[in-house]
This record gives sequence, structure tokens and C-alpha cells, in this order.
Amino acid sequence: MLSLSHYLIVGAALFCLSVAGIFINRKNVIVLLMCIELMLLAVNMNFIAFSHFNQDIAGQVFVFFILTVAAAESAIGLAILVVLFRNRNSINVEDLDAMKG
Amino acid sequence: MISFETLVFYVFSAMLVASGVLVITLRNPVHAVLSLVLAFFSSAGLWLLLEAEFLAIALVLVYVGAVMVLFLFVVMMLDVNIAAVREGFARYLPVAAMFAVLMGVSLLLVVGPAHFGTAQVAPPPRAAADVINTEQLGLALFNQFVLPLEIAAVLLLVAIIAAIGLTLRTSRQTKAPKPELQVRVRREDRVRLVKMDAEKSV
Repeated sequence: MLSLSHYLIVGAALFCLSVAGIFINRKNVIVLLMCIELMLLAVNMNFIAFSHFNQDIAGQVFVFFILTVAAAESAIGLAILVVLFRNRNSINVEDLDAMKG
Repeated sequence: MISFETLVFYVFSAMLVASGVLVITLRNPVHAVLSLVLAFFSSAGLWLLLEAEFLAIALVLVYVGAVMVLFLFVVMMLDVNIAAVREGFARYLPVAAMFAVLMGVSLLLVVGPAHFGTAQVAPPPRAAADVINTEQLGLALFNQFVLPLEIAAVLLLVAIIAAIGLTLRTSRQTKAPKPELQVRVRREDRVRLVKMDAEKSV
């Protein structure tokens, strides 16, 4: 019998993987964006699991909005990436030091 | 003997975790995007098990069909020097693994079977065959959550305009006519009437 914790553990594993991905790929902006997508997927998994086990449709509505925001975020992120590559000819995070941050 | 449902769950979650590992470790960004697509497919399978049919299909159609294709476009369009981007991979690996394991263990203590097992949260009965998930979601969206839905629509519009505004580059060599200048033109700019005496016949 599948319990709620089965799904939550899958979501937690996915979340930890994406955090590790952000650590080890900290130079490549594309992989960083992909890790953020993976993280949002893990969160969505938790939302849908709770929505099913509590028999409440609101969790699925939240996932709907998270998908919307994630799509907008990745579209703008990729647009920024393209402009960046045009100007600097690199997607290395360490080259982005124009603001001396 | 495990049930078919459990078997499906384990197959899809193994695929999901394996493709997640591939996303963060693969050398070639194109392969990483493709394994991210596999991750989305397998999580859509898991969502089907959780009776979220509409979102599972939306994930495949919208996410795999649009967002991941956009990723693939960008990755293939940019000529990225992979070797330069990959340096430091081995250096950060131990720290990342330690951090991930630490976080995983602490998350497992919270979400493990001790707190969210079948005894604590009873699995709901399977929905009847005539319960339509899309209809339920639509009723919730258009009654209870109609204002957030409108805001989400505006957000998508802003995202479209921002993405176009960021990347649009008009060429300076373009020969296209400028309508605002054409509309503003006056008669004096185009026609010059010259008054001169008629020539005398010889």
C-alpha cells in the first residue's frame, strides 16, 4: 500500500539532488536553471501528494500556478542568458562581475 | 507480492531519481536537458497515480512540449565552451554530496513513514470512474481562484513582453519604411515649386 511518505520521500530526494546540482555546477548558468526547474518539480510533487491524500483540490490549483510561474521564470531566465551570451560570449557565472558584487 | 500500483510507483520514482542524477552530472548540456525531459515524463506518471490527470498531461504538453524545447533551443544556439564551464566540478563534488546527504537525512526524518505513513495519513479510496479531475480543477479555478487565475494570465503576458524586449535586436541596416515618419511628412518636404520666368522665344 502506498503511503503519503512514499511520495514525500521521492520529492525530498529530488530536492536534495537539485541542491547538490546547484553546488557542483556553479559555473554553468544553463544547468543552474535546470536545477531550479527540478526543484520546482519536487515541490509540485509534494503539493499533489498532499492534495490527493487530503482530498483537497486546492493543492492541484497551487501546482497549476507554480507551473505558470516556473514557465515565466524560465522564459525570462533564458532570455537573459541569450543576451548575456551575446554581450560576453560566455555563460560562466564568474564572468558576471560587472556590478562588483 | 507487491501490487501493480506499487510496482508502477517504484519504476517511475527510480526513473525520476536516476534522470535527476543524470541532469546534474552529465557533461553535455543537451544530454542534461534530455534527461530533464525524462524526469518530467516520469513525474507525470507519478501524478497520474495520484489522480492528478489534468496536471500530468499539462506537464507533458506544456512543460516538455514548450519549456524544455525552449531550453533545448537555447542550449543548441549558444556555442558554449563545455570544458571551461565544467572546471571545478570535482572540487565541489564532496561538499555537494555531504550537503545533499545531510539535507536528505534530515528531510527523511521529517517525511519518513513515522510521520506520514499509512497509519498517520490513511490513503483515500480510489475515485470513481465518473469523477473528472479536469472538471473539478476547472470549477475550483473559475470559482474560488478566479482572481489568482487572472493574475497568472497577466504574469504570462509580462513574461512574453519581457522576453521579447530583452532579446529583440533591430538591425541598423534595415530598409523597412518608418510609418511614423511617413505619416508626419508635409507637402513642402516632398514637392518644391520653383517660380521662374518663361523663356523668351529666340
